Amino acid sequence: MEMHRDDIGAKLGMWIFIFTEILLFGGLFLVYAVMRHRYADEFHQAAHQLNAFIGTVNTVVLLLSSATVAMSITAVQKGEKRKGVLFILVTLLCAGIFLFNKYFEWGHKFSIGLYPGSDMMIGLKHGYILFFSLYFFMTGLHVLHLIVGSIILTVIMIRIQTGSINEGNYVLLENGGLYWHLVDLIWIFLFPLLYLIT
Amino acid sequence: MTHSYLENTGKYKGILAWLTTTDHKRIGLMYMYAMMVFFIVGVLLGELMRLELFRPGQQFYNAQTYNGIFTIHGIIMIFTVVIPGLAAVFGNFSMPIMIGAHDVAFPRLNLFSWYLFILGAAIALSSQFLGNGPPDTGWTFYAPYSTQTHTNVVAAVFGAFVLGFSSILTGLNFIVTIHRLRAPGMTFFRMPLFPWSLYATAWIQVLATPIVGITLLMVIAERWLRIGFFDPSLGGDPILYQHLFWIYSHPAVYIMILPAMGVITEIIPTFAQRRVFGYKAIALSSLAIALVGYFVWAHHMYTSGMSITARWVFSLLTFLVAVPSAIKVFNWVTTMYKGSISVKPPFLFALGFIFLFMIGGLTGLSLGSLATDIHVHDTAYVVAHFHYIIFGGVGFAFFAALHYWYPKMYGRMYNFRRANTAFGFLFVGFNLLYFPQFVIGIMGMPRRYFDYLPQFTLGQQISAVGGVVLLIGLIIMLANLFSKKGVKAPDNPWGGSTLEWTVSSPPPVENFDELPVITGEPYNYE
Repeated sequence: MEMHRDDIGAKLGMWIFIFTEILLFGGLFLVYAVMRHRYADEFHQAAHQLNAFIGTVNTVVLLLSSATVAMSITAVQKGEKRKGVLFILVTLLCAGIFLFNKYFEWGHKFSIGLYPGSDMMIGLKHGYILFFSLYFFMTGLHVLHLIVGSIILTVIMIRIQTGSINEGNYVLLENGGLYWHLVDLIWIFLFPLLYLIT
Repeated sequence: MTHSYLENTGKYKGILAWLTTTDHKRIGLMYMYAMMVFFIVGVLLGELMRLELFRPGQQFYNAQTYNGIFTIHGIIMIFTVVIPGLAAVFGNFSMPIMIGAHDVAFPRLNLFSWYLFILGAAIALSSQFLGNGPPDTGWTFYAPYSTQTHTNVVAAVFGAFVLGFSSILTGLNFIVTIHRLRAPGMTFFRMPLFPWSLYATAWIQVLATPIVGITLLMVIAERWLRIGFFDPSLGGDPILYQHLFWIYSHPAVYIMILPAMGVITEIIPTFAQRRVFGYKAIALSSLAIALVGYFVWAHHMYTSGMSITARWVFSLLTFLVAVPSAIKVFNWVTTMYKGSISVKPPFLFALGFIFLFMIGGLTGLSLGSLATDIHVHDTAYVVAHFHYIIFGGVGFAFFAALHYWYPKMYGRMYNFRRANTAFGFLFVGFNLLYFPQFVIGIMGMPRRYFDYLPQFTLGQQISAVGGVVLLIGLIIMLANLFSKKGVKAPDNPWGGSTLEWTVSSPPPVENFDELPVITGEPYNYE
């Protein structure tokens, strides 16, 4: 029995899955919109507490990583296996830098006692509580997606190396790339909403 | 050389061959067996409630136990039985054959969805036994109570989240299957109407379920981390929870009912031996229901505190969504006109569906209008209404589908007389059970109450009798289908015209040796 293969179908499935991910975050964006409307001043002030510099660095890093994933796809399409692997490695390195920054950013807040459920947090004004709750929830869920994406890309990298992803069959790499762009896309919205609108 | 899908041909034997299968037909059956277990548990919990409500005051157990029982009854019935229901069982079993495909687009993902379903159900059920006692919030998990009660809400909520994920993946699978794997020549408007209804359903599954997913995660975070989104003491908003919950959970009603309508649309033309009336109207009304159904969620919240404008708009949209539903009912009835009708068990169940669904639908309109809703909101009237839709509608359609495709599934027939007897008991028992709830609801009996005033006693007791009759009907039906070996079924026992009747009973692995080429409409009885 021959194996059934349908690249267009596989990509269609991935796109639909990405819709569901966007809607998943959509629920949070809705909560953000409602709360921002209700506590506009306090959101404005709370946003000053976030470090826009680290946020900007992470944005650049993620945009770069999206570019390298796209370059990896082109490299594999052209049959340049070594470059394909290398670009994925750069992507994973970017993911590492992002996590590194995030670790220090969160770590700093934790060290001053600012985390969900802490006494300090509960004592703040309502708008502050909700802003930081949304900050931790949204960036936390985003980081979770980033980690999952990194694992997927690692598997894909190994498969390029072993040759099971090649210039004749690269739909898995494309789908992994699509997922990575999603991770990037979500951040593109989180960054201004949390860090820039101050 | 083709084997029936029921024979084991792979490297595993026995139960392992089923647990590792990627055959859509086997996965459909596996969903069905699991669901039957959950359904029976849910039914018994329901009967326990009827027992307690037989007389005013406490009879057998206390109010807290009652709260736990109605909550888990709701969780089991909604999340593990009726939401996956027809789509997971008959969508999996029949749809790929009906569109002339070897299997679904992603067979391994399909099996994975089943495991997620079992996992989610197990987590949800564990809420009964672990932690500080069964959840007592009702299946809706309304904040702020769900964020404060000491019972085991997290397990139930997380179970529902996992079940939702399973539902999303099934929907995704079906959309891609229908887009990519239709047989050569089968355009969208040559596709049978059950796949059409599954297509509309799948889009709701994909687009609505993530919202409830994130909402349920927020409830967990609220309980563990005190994020405060829904807690007024931290600045949050409980009404926001209700909106987020119903944005999914109202469309979920259409996830349940659309495949049910699809099944009825298959059964009526087959047993009337008539081309379905208004093919395109039925197909497009499925999409219309899916679309308009998104924008009616706040009709669950008329008394929660919303502006009059919002209530007015949601009421109008609620009335609008009744239009495509009515289109289907008129088309079913018109299909029967001048047909040569043979009243076999599947057709009988389909007629039962139409009758009960109409009562459920029309009472839905009285709930959808602003003034009358204030009077009957949160009363037994609501209980009666949604049981007429969910049990009378989806449940009876499920039984209809089971009797319709049973010969195809097992290659055997069942006893018609017993099936008809079971239908009689089910239909009479159902109406005895739920119709009195309309009456005492209008009289003022609140829903979810453990105790009641003496004037509701007669109604509650008629309901209890109905519960027993219904249970007898269920036992007769299941015994008829699953305890006796019937005679061998022909390939096309009902004279159906869709593709699943062209393959052998039971169908071979991979369904078709050679894909059929479609040249005309699906319902051709000329």
